[in-house]
Amino acid sequence: MKRNKNVYYLYLLTIIFISLSGGGQMPIFKRYYIADIPGLGWLARFYITHYVHYICAALIIGITSYAAAGYLLSAKNKLNLTVSGYLRSALIAGLIATGILLVIRNFEGYIFSHNLIIFLDLSHLALVMLFLFTSLYCFLFKKKWTAS
Amino acid sequence: MPGNISRRSFLKGGIAACAAAASGIPVSASGADKDKQIATLLDIGKCIGCGACVEACSMVNAAKYPEPKKPFPKMYPDRAKPEDWSGKRDVNDRLTPYNWLFIQSADVTVNGEEKTITIPRRCMHCTNPPCVKLCPWGSAKQLENGISRIDPDLCLGGAKCKEVCPWEIPQRQTGTGLYLDILPAFAGNGVMYKCDRCYNRIAEGKLPACIEACPEKVQEIGPRDEIIKKAHALAKETNGYIYGENENGGTNTIYVSPVPFDVLNKAIETGKGKPHLKAVSDSMEKANNLVAAMAIAPIAGIAAAIGTFYKYSRKDNEGKTDEEK
Repeated sequence: MKRNKNVYYLYLLTIIFISLSGGGQMPIFKRYYIADIPGLGWLARFYITHYVHYICAALIIGITSYAAAGYLLSAKNKLNLTVSGYLRSALIAGLIATGILLVIRNFEGYIFSHNLIIFLDLSHLALVMLFLFTSLYCFLFKKKWTAS
Repeated sequence: MPGNISRRSFLKGGIAACAAAASGIPVSASGADKDKQIATLLDIGKCIGCGACVEACSMVNAAKYPEPKKPFPKMYPDRAKPEDWSGKRDVNDRLTPYNWLFIQSADVTVNGEEKTITIPRRCMHCTNPPCVKLCPWGSAKQLENGISRIDPDLCLGGAKCKEVCPWEIPQRQTGTGLYLDILPAFAGNGVMYKCDRCYNRIAEGKLPACIEACPEKVQEIGPRDEIIKKAHALAKETNGYIYGENENGGTNTIYVSPVPFDVLNKAIETGKGKPHLKAVSDSMEKANNLVAAMAIAPIAGIAAAIGTFYKYSRKDNEGKTDEEK
């Protein structure tokens, strides 16, 4: 149980930092004085938020793979995803898929069509908003990922 | 050498290609196409600073310049300040939204002789432009021929492109663009402008205005690999120095100068709208190197899950065996 809690806390921390650094991709934190709050100055530094976002993305991919593999392996224990679990899984999958494509786009020589880039940017933003609101709802109303 | 592929670039390209193939999304170019982008070569030794290129740029691109609506919307909070160049359209000694090319000058000593070197300055058109790659809305674009340009119909004027550009090239004009139709008081601040290397003229088979107008033939344009070869040949012939080949990971604007660029950089006036000539490391490299962690992450996650699963399975089995005993 202790090990699962550690993974859960790592997941929470990663979600907080990936959301903050993702928001930091837009030039808003300086304008709205949020980067003036002690300890949040890094949010106004675009390359720092870019690195933090990539590191957190690697953690999210790792944690998601861990959770997905664990879920499949323990299927015999009749652990089922709840409706909110399916919804959150789908949103995370969408975020990872659009995120991977944006990461590829950032390599030299990978030139996607302009419409695809705009679609990826906006869908990544829309998915994270949906995910955060869904997570908040699940936290407030104690909705679990799985039910046995 | 342009044709050589380093182990690191091979690995990076491999990871990206695998991910692209797995995603099923077609990409229009591969990492190897960098040398097929179109680049310009500027022989600074030939430039006489006449300003014909600056004039031609202004004339040809006049229709692209902003016509801001005034008064500007009040922005909140007060920290967001309007930037207005519409009353200073004639400023040509720096980059502005109405001047995408200017002549920088440096008083230096060449072979013991005092000389003024003049340098046409504009967007470098990086081969992997951070202004394009880090734009949060996709309003900055890179064309397949290597030109980077900002779409004035999509740009919100947040100026992130300027901040991530090693030379701080893009310049903002308030009171124009898409932000006026969304939340002008709370988000956006106009449109960013910079040299688009006359992308529309190139598409029509014409030369960029600055190249066509130059009486001294300072600039030439062609495939990047050919331009790099010419730059090296010219540098060898004139005992010159090259700038732009490796700066920021490589650009499509290659300068050849009779004076070392660190000397030129000390002699030119730098500051707002007046870019430096310092050596620049690849802005995108560090983040792109972190992609290795993303590639390893799923393997690590699955391995950890399998390890945990078998550990608990063994404990379960041991428990059952004990019960049977």
